[in-house]
Amino acid sequence: MKFVDEFRDHALAKTLAAKIRAEVRPETRYHVMEFCGGHTHAIFRYGIQDLLPANVRLIHGPGCPVCVLPVGRIDDAVALARDHGVILCTYGDMLRVPGSKRVSLLKAKAEGADVRMVYSSLDALKIARDNPDRQVVFFAIGFETTTPPTAVALQQARAADLKNFTVFCNHVLTPSAIANILESPEVRRLGTLPLDGFVGPAHVSAVIGSRPYEFFAEEYERPVVIAGFEPLDVMQAVLMLVRQLNEGRAEVENEYSRVVTREGNIKAQALVAEVFELRRTFEWRGLGLVPYSALAIKEAFAAWDAERRFAVPARSVPDNKACECGAILRGLKTPRDCKVFGTACTPENPLGSCMVSSEGACAAYYTYGRFRDAG
Amino acid sequence: MCLAIPAQIVALLPDAMATVDLGGVRKDISVVLVDGLAVGDYVILHTGFALSRLDPEEALRTLELFAEMGTLAEAQRELAGP
Repeated sequence: MKFVDEFRDHALAKTLAAKIRAEVRPETRYHVMEFCGGHTHAIFRYGIQDLLPANVRLIHGPGCPVCVLPVGRIDDAVALARDHGVILCTYGDMLRVPGSKRVSLLKAKAEGADVRMVYSSLDALKIARDNPDRQVVFFAIGFETTTPPTAVALQQARAADLKNFTVFCNHVLTPSAIANILESPEVRRLGTLPLDGFVGPAHVSAVIGSRPYEFFAEEYERPVVIAGFEPLDVMQAVLMLVRQLNEGRAEVENEYSRVVTREGNIKAQALVAEVFELRRTFEWRGLGLVPYSALAIKEAFAAWDAERRFAVPARSVPDNKACECGAILRGLKTPRDCKVFGTACTPENPLGSCMVSSEGACAAYYTYGRFRDAG
Repeated sequence: MCLAIPAQIVALLPDAMATVDLGGVRKDISVVLVDGLAVGDYVILHTGFALSRLDPEEALRTLELFAEMGTLAEAQRELAGP
């Protein structure tokens, strides 16, 4: 496929690997967190860590939206589908994440709840139009990439005065999560998260631009390189980070200039601002309550807000005790440190959220890198 | 979730929709988030929406950067001798 295959070229990958090896200083530590699940997926799928010197470590951050949604919100979605008799629509990844007592939306569906997988927010809207006598709830999750499509669906629902469509909003914000990782008291207390730089999100940045990351570069003195999701993009970003760290720079650089600009997609940003407002606080799996890290639906769209229509309780449910998703999402532990990894918890039968999506660190480890660190 | 892909616009449709080509597969998507698109343009497609434009010239520049590096590495190897 054009603009994909060119960025997967073997020979160029070898050249980039050689270049990184040549520029890395043996005595320096390069611990780089990739924030996006898309990067985690690419790193494992193409074995990028294996091409890097031992002192260049890739740490997998909380960039998979399915992985960071806490159990309580999944339970809320299950309750909406089971107890309110709605048609609950959501993206495919979300269906298999277990909530309390291992009840996922897929299990609720098997037990008779009307849960439907959609590819787009507009598909959920169509289901509402086609089923005027049923309440349809779009279980909206994701970072800044999926937020504008939800905003479009809400605007269209209002324009058509659609009375049977609401959105259960769980959209979260990337910059707040990065700030939380850098500032979190646990991380400071444990002191075990050595982070020297960030590979910045690809498509999140297509929407919000590269500018929001300038704060991290300046305030925390950490370089950020925004990178595309193909293997050459990730390797080039690592090289650019190695160079910045060698030179003592902490800037925002953009490897993914074919898609990302400094300003981002202003039309999408305006639309999001019109429909959503900041939540004062929101619970993230692994990060706990993070201030101003998520979006709620504005008063003007209250009639299309599932939380208001169905009085969704704000419940907080602890993770399964055996599950290390929290520490893994923070970069404090790797999937191999988890007792249930690959035993009680597998992609076919996931216990924790990191095992569900192919972008989760555990699923990527299991599928592509399970035996790599075995020694 | 975030695995968006490049797609080429082959037809513009009413209501801010467009048909795209995904390596031979055709699909109708929403282009409401990106203004001024024309047939032949590349976009990043995510959950049924064009999220942004893909700039082919910038893509070429990035590829040229890689290629230059390859030529450079080759030249250095040649200079270093067998």
